[in-house]
Amino acid sequence: MKKWLLLVVCYGWLACGWAGEARPIADDPVLEQRMTGLAEKLRCLVCQNESLAGSRAGLAEDLRREIRARMREGLSDDEVIEFLVNRYGDFVLYDPPVKGKTFLLWFGPFLLLLAAGGALLNVLRQRRQQPAPGVLSEADRARARALLSEEGEWK
Amino acid sequence: MNRFLWPLVAFIVLVGFLAVGLGLNPREVPSPLVGKPAPAFSAPVLGKPGEHISPAAFKGRVWLFNVWASWCAACREEHPLLMELARSQVVPVIGLNYKDKSPDAQAWLQKLGNPYVASAEDGDGRISIDYGVYGVPETFVIDKEGVIRAKHIGPVTPDVLEKTLLPLIRKLQQ
Repeated sequence: MKKWLLLVVCYGWLACGWAGEARPIADDPVLEQRMTGLAEKLRCLVCQNESLAGSRAGLAEDLRREIRARMREGLSDDEVIEFLVNRYGDFVLYDPPVKGKTFLLWFGPFLLLLAAGGALLNVLRQRRQQPAPGVLSEADRARARALLSEEGEWK
Repeated sequence: MNRFLWPLVAFIVLVGFLAVGLGLNPREVPSPLVGKPAPAFSAPVLGKPGEHISPAAFKGRVWLFNVWASWCAACREEHPLLMELARSQVVPVIGLNYKDKSPDAQAWLQKLGNPYVASAEDGDGRISIDYGVYGVPETFVIDKEGVIRAKHIGPVTPDVLEKTLLPLIRKLQQ
């Protein structure tokens, strides 16, 4: 009887709780989505390996606020990026732009790969030209014959 | 001999890159604003309600713009140096109080001393974003035409002051 009563009380208690659906914090979900999409391509300057979208740093929140404000003013995504790059430089972009300065950054590894590949080919070619060990050249063979046919001078 | 030459050259080149690279600070973000005019703003003056300050007021003088906050530990490190600089009257130091509360900021200055001619309040950090500030403290050297000539990230050390900032300030003041 007691157990049953306890159960009823517990269920009754639980039934009184009301859980609402989590309200989205942003007033404009479309803008928010656009902002987050852009912020994911940007770097948080404080925690420099996090994106601006995910970072919890104070500056990241401020920059997200600024992005929202610029977007509300009507700036396009490219213009917002320009706004940030003007203040923080190319580092704020996750993908460094391909321009004169970053040429080496983008193509350096491929150039190194080509150089290393070239060096490897060179070494292989040189190796092929050397006679295999154990195979004597004609001059060496004649010399060996001459030495072996000499009689016991070296004991 | 040739066999050893190329790997040796490659090694020396690599050591060269490493020597330079290890001396650099990977967290430092160079500012694209160096060489550009200091962004305009009009901010309330800390401790003087009703008054406003803007960079245009300092045209014709070389000045230091120092971003600080009462909650910033590193700002305490550079504070004695700024006090000395203010006392020497070589160059005026204007403060930018970053994301701080006015009573806290004023108390901090009262306790430690106020090296600033005036401090601009930047409660929401908007002015600092315009200046490309991403941490505190940061210091800008601004010339007579209002163009940013240098930016130092982190607390100002005697070394930086002697070797980098003061020579630049003296050159700009001529």
